[in-house]
Amino acid sequence: MSSDLPPPPLPDGLVAVVKRVCPTCELVAPVLSDLHERAGLTVITQDDPHFPAEADWVHHDDDLAISWHHGIEVVPTLLRVVEGSEYRRTVGWSRSEWEQFTGLAGLGEGLPGWRPGCGSLSVDPAHAEELAVRFSASGLSSRRVETASLEDEWEAMWDRGWSDGLPVVPPVEARVLRLLEGTTRDPSEIVAAVPPALVDCSVEKVAVNAVLAGCAPEHLPVVIAAVEAACTDEFNMHGVLATTMSVGPVLVVNGPVAGRIGMNSGINALGQGNRANSTIGRALQLVVRNVGGGRPGGVDRATFGSPAKVGFCFAEDEAGSPWTSLAESRGWRADQSTVTVFAGESPRIFADEKSRSPESLTRHLAQALQATVSPRMMLGMDAMLVLSPDHMARYADAGWSRDRFMDELSAELLCDADELLAGVRGVAAGLPPAAAGRKVPKFRPGGLLVAHAGGPAGLFSAIVGGWANGPRGSDAVTREITP
Amino acid sequence: MTTVLDPTSETAPATRERARRPESLAGLTVGLLDISKPRGNVFLDRVSERLTGLGATVNRYAKPAFSKPAPVDLRHEIATTCDAVIEALAD
Repeated sequence: MSSDLPPPPLPDGLVAVVKRVCPTCELVAPVLSDLHERAGLTVITQDDPHFPAEADWVHHDDDLAISWHHGIEVVPTLLRVVEGSEYRRTVGWSRSEWEQFTGLAGLGEGLPGWRPGCGSLSVDPAHAEELAVRFSASGLSSRRVETASLEDEWEAMWDRGWSDGLPVVPPVEARVLRLLEGTTRDPSEIVAAVPPALVDCSVEKVAVNAVLAGCAPEHLPVVIAAVEAACTDEFNMHGVLATTMSVGPVLVVNGPVAGRIGMNSGINALGQGNRANSTIGRALQLVVRNVGGGRPGGVDRATFGSPAKVGFCFAEDEAGSPWTSLAESRGWRADQSTVTVFAGESPRIFADEKSRSPESLTRHLAQALQATVSPRMMLGMDAMLVLSPDHMARYADAGWSRDRFMDELSAELLCDADELLAGVRGVAAGLPPAAAGRKVPKFRPGGLLVAHAGGPAGLFSAIVGGWANGPRGSDAVTREITP
Repeated sequence: MTTVLDPTSETAPATRERARRPESLAGLTVGLLDISKPRGNVFLDRVSERLTGLGATVNRYAKPAFSKPAPVDLRHEIATTCDAVIEALAD
């Protein structure tokens, strides 16, 4: 538990903070005694309570409270304290510095003139997190929930409704603080109002849910950007959740951050097995569940849902693509890290193992894309196409750019309305009679998002069907990922 | 015991809410769990009579040993077949 006690005061005068296991502290032990004799030095020892002497001027910082509160990073640290406040400090052993600092000559005769210190126990990785939790009163404002003594902590997370059905990592304070190391943002900063309850969600709450999801600290900035993007009016997370269609937020990460945090854009990129891919999308969904209160059967009314709603996140393979990236096609620079959130279903596979020309592959792709959601549904829904390296090779070999591909594909996706009219070929669904004789595009301008990912073998691509687009549905949103 | 940070909007109480209490026992199935201490059965026999008189159906259960928690399958059976449960704790 956090302490609300004021930090322990330092005694006035000269104070040295030391630990016995530090060879430099051992080396200067005679100097410490000398300084006590000549200048009334007080010693604060971190480990051995009787180092350098069993004496009333040696105090044991047994819980490291003094060291932690006064920011001791190195031992020995020599401090000058005036009326309870630190006036100056010097770290390590340097005869000339110590002599100047104390105003006393002839310190440590026979010792080497200089030795670096050691790390303070209060910053030792074995203790630092625990001390931060104990002493920092940690600045974290989330309600503390105690599990009962007989409760299994993993079961307790489930029992409280915090899980999507898979195990979650218990968000103990030390883990949340560790995750917050991944961002420079203040834990209290509000990231977004999260639907459906439109609750203001702080960086801290995002971090708590990212812990649940299994994220590492370096994933947190991506999760924060994803929460920002999903909780916009354009993306309409409320609608994505509430619709009976089986869509969820699909995340595509672009830019340098993807490689830096080890995201997968290759083999099985849209599947399991990579921590960042698997946990970042899940963290966003847990924020929606826990902070926004969006739960299946509650506001989430999806008829089927999909496995992708646990979390669907991948990185674009930019290095292996001859094209500009998805993010660049949406107006971002290649050196910017971004996350694009798209309301999509699970991916389905499009297979073409015969096309050797870009024209053939494009025509075939258009036929598959035409069937997205329903072959008779035109313009109302967006889609995402993930081209594999093997399919991309057709376009690379022929020198097609992204723009050329989009133009050619759009032309192929311009359909004769007469084929799609309601009632044609005995199907009630379809375009209204007024569309007769016209050409109708499958997708609105910008309604087809194209990215490049996947393993190096396989003449397949993946199609992610979307949901109602525009002001009454959802538009894909891209946000920059910042530290 | 573990202390964790609440991942929710904190609009619901931190303590788990108790199951809703039925307005009436008529027509409900009530489980009587005998923890297997001596003479608990005598007490529960009488409780059973009274509950039946109120229109409840009574299912009787017993723990294998009073010193240990009820086995998970027994708890599961009670939770899935009964609307309410009464556990006799005393000697």
